[in-house]
Amino acid sequence: MEKYVCTVCGYVYDPAVGDPDNGIEPGTSFEDLPESWTCPECGVGKDMFEPEG
Amino acid sequence: MNRKISEHIEWVGKTDWELTHFHGEELSTAHGSSYNAYLVRCGGKTVLVDTVWRPYDREFVERLAATVDLHDIDFIVMNHNEVDHSGALPELMAEIPGTPIYCTAKGESIIRGHYHPEGWDIRTVRTGDRIALGDESLTFIEAPMLHWPDTMFTYFSGDGGVLFSNDAFGQHYATESLFEDRENLEGAIREALKYYVNILTPFSAQVGRKLVEIGAMNLPLALVAPSHGVIWREHIPMIMELYKAWSGGYAEERVAVVYDTMWNSTRRMAEAIADGIAEVAPRATVTLHNASKHDKNDIVTEVFRSKALVMGCPTINNELSYAVDGLLGMIKGLKLKGKSGAAFGSYGWSGEGPGLIQNRLEAAGFAPVCAPLRLQWVPDAAGLEECRAFGRGIGAAVFGAPEG
Repeated sequence: MEKYVCTVCGYVYDPAVGDPDNGIEPGTSFEDLPESWTCPECGVGKDMFEPEG
Repeated sequence: MNRKISEHIEWVGKTDWELTHFHGEELSTAHGSSYNAYLVRCGGKTVLVDTVWRPYDREFVERLAATVDLHDIDFIVMNHNEVDHSGALPELMAEIPGTPIYCTAKGESIIRGHYHPEGWDIRTVRTGDRIALGDESLTFIEAPMLHWPDTMFTYFSGDGGVLFSNDAFGQHYATESLFEDRENLEGAIREALKYYVNILTPFSAQVGRKLVEIGAMNLPLALVAPSHGVIWREHIPMIMELYKAWSGGYAEERVAVVYDTMWNSTRRMAEAIADGIAEVAPRATVTLHNASKHDKNDIVTEVFRSKALVMGCPTINNELSYAVDGLLGMIKGLKLKGKSGAAFGSYGWSGEGPGLIQNRLEAAGFAPVCAPLRLQWVPDAAGLEECRAFGRGIGAAVFGAPEG
């Protein structure tokens, strides 16, 4: 599964790690994150993320 | 002087007529600024919303203490914790160390990262959290990246509805009259635009969404009270509409020609290119800016207003001038959308300048209009005609073919 980078702050979403602090289990793909999920670093929405090149 | 702005609210901020630059030297402030803080007294509660910049911390606390017994402050709301708003917290908390501070989770980490406090009672809130002030209430609305991760708005339901929007809708505009309808409205809007361009443009997507969210809440709004500059009361729909336009790929019928020059060859090219653009696009406004002489923040504001940026620079040691190089960095950081770009310059031998500009503009998201134009040494009549033709090509590409 692909990693995604926040274009605002540079945070990398790694599906292998998930975002347990915000209820996202390890193994959750970026596509499967709920639309309400926001960057844990800077708070912007999923649409501000790009696949890690 | 602290001043009442509505039945339950006093302005307790600091007007800074002396300020010439903000964020170090990054942002010029031709009209000074203010650090707006507000005291809400309602339903037996007293609440301070934001503080002021650190150099004014002592006078802020002294003036606040003349307005209210500091121990009567029930809690403090910190909408955003950059030093220009949170800077007086250490001085204030030395007087009332047990007073709760409400902010976002990011706000707490920023307060701790800045002031390393011990014993402060910091309480985090999220969108929709509400604190009653008698029959009225304060409601928090997180607004991440407008313009820091910790930013939030606070809405007071009393006095017809007051949105404490922090930096959003703000302007670096010193005023003694506090309200936009008692001010030079055009001046306040000009500074609101410059503020938007230089501070908020990279986060236009977040601004657009937040406007939709606020609109959908159908909040009565008698005042929009930002943390800098005038408070909006008679033109709230107008500033909201302007924000909507600015956050949505804004462009006027304008072209900005920005150049640097050592011996006037690139300047003469710039002027001939501007002539060519004006020839085919007579209704468009063409502006020229010397990158090393004119204010960098005013230049990027002009770029923001324009459909296209035409940028020129002589080649200096295989590179660009200090001013053009710096501006290109600023422009890339602003993440402008939907703009076109072109590059030109005079050179002596290696001539990399225009190509470097073109690459940097493309990397900043500008659509290239045409190949860069470069001329060796000093342009003669044929060279200047080449520049005018280059300008005509840009004018036609950006504004369509001239009317016949």
